[in-house]
Amino acid sequence: MSMALSIRGLSARYRRTPILHDISLPDMLPGQLVALVGPNGAGKSTLLRSLAGLTEASGSIHLGAQDLLSSSRRERASYLGFMPQTLPDGIALTVLETLLGALHAGRGGNGRDGVEKAHAVLVRLGIAHLAMRPLEQLSGGQRQMVSLAQAVIRDPALLLLDEPTSALDLRYQNDVMSLVRQLADDGRIVVVVLHDLGLAARWADQLVVLNAGRVHAEGTPIATLTPALLAEVYRIVARVERCSRGRVQVIVDGPSR
Amino acid sequence: MTEMTAEALTKAYGRVLKKRLALCVLLAVAVVTSFIVDIAIGSTAFPIREVLGALFQPDSVDVDSAVIVRELRLPFALMAVLVGVALSLAGAEMQTVLDNPLADPFTLGLSSAASLGAALAIVLGLGIPGVPDSLLVTINAFVFAFGSVLLLQAVARFAGGVQTLLLFGIALVFCYNAIVALLQYMASADALQQLVFWSLGSLTRSSWSAVQTLGIIVLVLLPFSLKAAWSMTALRLGEERALTLGIDVGRLRFGALLRISLLAATAVAFVGTIGFIGLVGPHMARLLIGEDHRFFLPVSALVGALVMSLASIASKLLVPGVILPVGIVTALVGVPLFMSLLLKRSHRA
Repeated sequence: MSMALSIRGLSARYRRTPILHDISLPDMLPGQLVALVGPNGAGKSTLLRSLAGLTEASGSIHLGAQDLLSSSRRERASYLGFMPQTLPDGIALTVLETLLGALHAGRGGNGRDGVEKAHAVLVRLGIAHLAMRPLEQLSGGQRQMVSLAQAVIRDPALLLLDEPTSALDLRYQNDVMSLVRQLADDGRIVVVVLHDLGLAARWADQLVVLNAGRVHAEGTPIATLTPALLAEVYRIVARVERCSRGRVQVIVDGPSR
Repeated sequence: MTEMTAEALTKAYGRVLKKRLALCVLLAVAVVTSFIVDIAIGSTAFPIREVLGALFQPDSVDVDSAVIVRELRLPFALMAVLVGVALSLAGAEMQTVLDNPLADPFTLGLSSAASLGAALAIVLGLGIPGVPDSLLVTINAFVFAFGSVLLLQAVARFAGGVQTLLLFGIALVFCYNAIVALLQYMASADALQQLVFWSLGSLTRSSWSAVQTLGIIVLVLLPFSLKAAWSMTALRLGEERALTLGIDVGRLRFGALLRISLLAATAVAFVGTIGFIGLVGPHMARLLIGEDHRFFLPVSALVGALVMSLASIASKLLVPGVILPVGIVTALVGVPLFMSLLLKRSHRA
């Protein structure tokens, strides 16, 4: 199954304000982890939400032969998993129940049939021991893991993640991103919005740098992240250096002008 | 941090499901018990055996008892149970679709609209042409309550958003209350008394036709509520998540609001304003079994039925020889139950 994600001439508005202008990107392939980066208001989340069918957009989005823009909600749901920034508070459900809800909603099914499927996902993410715990008792990091589990419970070919590491400590940032990497390596296309350029450089195969609703640059992290680009897009003076292990680090020295 | 095998998890989940079913059965038994006691208690108290006799073997008891039990007490007690089911189920669905734990059927102005309809009928004699006088207040209350929700739906469709819906609903409450206050100010002493009594909420207006109407509405709507249970559970995970899981959230919300307005408007039209149940019934259910809507919705309904039935009993016992309007006692009965659940949970946590 090689279903590439192709985005051509994509434009989107929020209410009447245009947010994305004519976005075209090279095809994204199964196994690829693509990070959307850029300053606040650049259109990262809007692009992700357009892919998820949450924001109306024009242009074309194809996953293999499937036209995602003209698909019904239900059809789209069979291809993609979406992880919003945070889970809402005050949900009186256990981890397992949230997964069963995500699995059966809109398609029906018996709770008991889904338990094995849910278990497999929890084991994959290393949180099977949390299965019977109420969501409200979990730490922020654990909740984020559960949210990721909800996004992959239907085994989607395309996984869309909106800032999965925001508000997480260093250990959980690493845990979440390494799982996301594995989920891509399983043969999914993963598109993730990230603010942390260090994380993006470390884990992503490709970066898409957005600025003011347009693609400013795209390519491998090493090729894309340059002091010139950071100055133009983020308006900062920054160095891009390799650490002793060869990883790309962005060091910010201050604002540019 | 021992890893759980799939088999162990399936078993553990199976035990949870069994516990929940047991709780449903227990609640149902409690409702039936309370219902029978409710029939037995009144100006003349009947032994339980006589109540059961009058219900199942009318020939075994004397005619007077049979008539009192079957024609007076039975519809009264049934109405208590049905109103509890209707308001609590409506509240449970409302809290989920509006994503707001403070929502209840009355937040959006249902009861205020019903009061306005009733006030127009009682004070000015205004109503829908062709409706017999005996039903004028009831029909008016229903039409206004239901119409109010349809108005809100229309607003939500154009303006969009749950917040808008809530805000506009609350604004409407003030608007209806203002008109009701105006009518009260102009009303004769007699009409004013009638109106105040109507808005207190009372089961004494229960007739067999009222019981049948509300019963049919509950029985017809309940399967639709249960059919949407998985989608409602998923909606708790957030609207965006639900949308990307393929759920038509707009349609889900519309269907739920339609059910809520039918349930609550009918209940209010027959018995007047009974608050508290629609808000607290679902919260008690949530504390008992959580928000898996396959259980949350029926348990909400059962808890509502139980609290209303107990309130009905209390309304006859609190002041000897007087049947208090049940709307006055629901909170008095419900708060201790609610508190005990809250304390039990904070104890566990």
